[in-house]
Amino acid sequence: MHYHTPASFEEAVRIAASAGGVTRFLAGGTDVLVQLRAGAVTPDDLIDLKHIPGVHDIAATPQGGWRIGVAVSGAELGEHAALKRDWPGVVEAMELVGSTQVQGRATLTGNLCNGSPAADSVPALVAAGARVAVTGPQGSREMAVEQVPTGPGKTALGPGDLITAITLPPRGAGGGDAYQRFIPRTEMDIAVVGCAVNLTLEGDVITQARVALGAVAPTVMLVPEAAEAIISTTLDSDALEALVKVARSAARPISDKRGTAEFRTDIAGVLARRVAELAYARAKGRAK
Amino acid sequence: MSKIHVTATVNGDSVEFLADPRETLLDALRDHLGLIGSKEGCGTGDCGACSVLLDGRLVSACLVLGVEAEGHEIETIEGMAGPDGTLHPLQRKFIEHAALQCGFCTPGFLVASKALLAKTPDPTEEEVRYWLAGNLCRCTGYDKIIRAVMDAAAEMRGAA
Repeated sequence: MHYHTPASFEEAVRIAASAGGVTRFLAGGTDVLVQLRAGAVTPDDLIDLKHIPGVHDIAATPQGGWRIGVAVSGAELGEHAALKRDWPGVVEAMELVGSTQVQGRATLTGNLCNGSPAADSVPALVAAGARVAVTGPQGSREMAVEQVPTGPGKTALGPGDLITAITLPPRGAGGGDAYQRFIPRTEMDIAVVGCAVNLTLEGDVITQARVALGAVAPTVMLVPEAAEAIISTTLDSDALEALVKVARSAARPISDKRGTAEFRTDIAGVLARRVAELAYARAKGRAK
Repeated sequence: MSKIHVTATVNGDSVEFLADPRETLLDALRDHLGLIGSKEGCGTGDCGACSVLLDGRLVSACLVLGVEAEGHEIETIEGMAGPDGTLHPLQRKFIEHAALQCGFCTPGFLVASKALLAKTPDPTEEEVRYWLAGNLCRCTGYDKIIRAVMDAAAEMRGAA
């Protein structure tokens, strides 16, 4: 295995393009090293992105959003007060990934590129309307986060494509987001169901919303019908009931050792309700 | 397979080693530097027995490659007691509270607890339990470990 430390994304793409065999990009390594160890992946070329300028930065964008470098760890996100104030749902979702030790290394971009339908940070990024910048052999482009995963362990990124940053949009006034998951214990587990809600209020009325579900389909999914169920409402009991119903009908989970399809479908509704209420309370400034 | 020359700082000392790029930082510490206090429990980031500080940040040494250590500062359990062998308050309290039996997980718990108290000198029991959720112990059942950490924190704050 050859270990590379490119000084730019362009150089990383060139190394990947000229490599003949299996390549892997390395940021936090909390998935890649486990795959190496298990023998699931044996890269011929391992391309460490952590020497590229800017990859460790959380930077405000000129538009008022945030640009998060691909090597920023969960622990660093959690320590960034301004980012947490704007996007508490995104930060709390990433902080649910793994142990304190894993938080010291694991990254948002890695959680996304690992392609797990149960990835905790991904529903929150999707609900937030986050976008990724991609560089590859065909040049650079932008994608919405929900376009990245295409199936368990699979993404829309082609050979040699890599994400160079994740961008969160400007929070704006009257906004709130939240993420929760169901696990059968209190810590150190993988989501049986996850749900993220991001909404904007004018007064008491929801004017914009995005709802995403995790672990109930082959990919994390944006559920526009669920957002429609609460837009133009004050999240009254009728709206919540409609949201629960739509979230359950959007879920198309499998049964496995962590939960049956019926259970996951039911919990998708329960979480949608709770998370929408929390996002609403945050938008009203009534909850952190 | 060409080896890569790595220079890093371990427990304040400058060290050099030749790493196969597939080797983890844990392999480098144990096999190249003779620092066998950090243990390999699972090798997949689940058990915390290989906990070390990388630039002050708590990580699993089995989830970092040795070559990634280039230019970085690492603290291991071997750097915890004073140069004259004086035990760190956490080490003393682990002994006082009998917070270990076989001792395999203990270096990881101590390093992880030290990282917690550096960041949160006055943690609640809940904070200690969540922080240490990634350190597994198959002997003591955790209560004595949590009590030892709380007691050490109190002593270090000068409250004991």
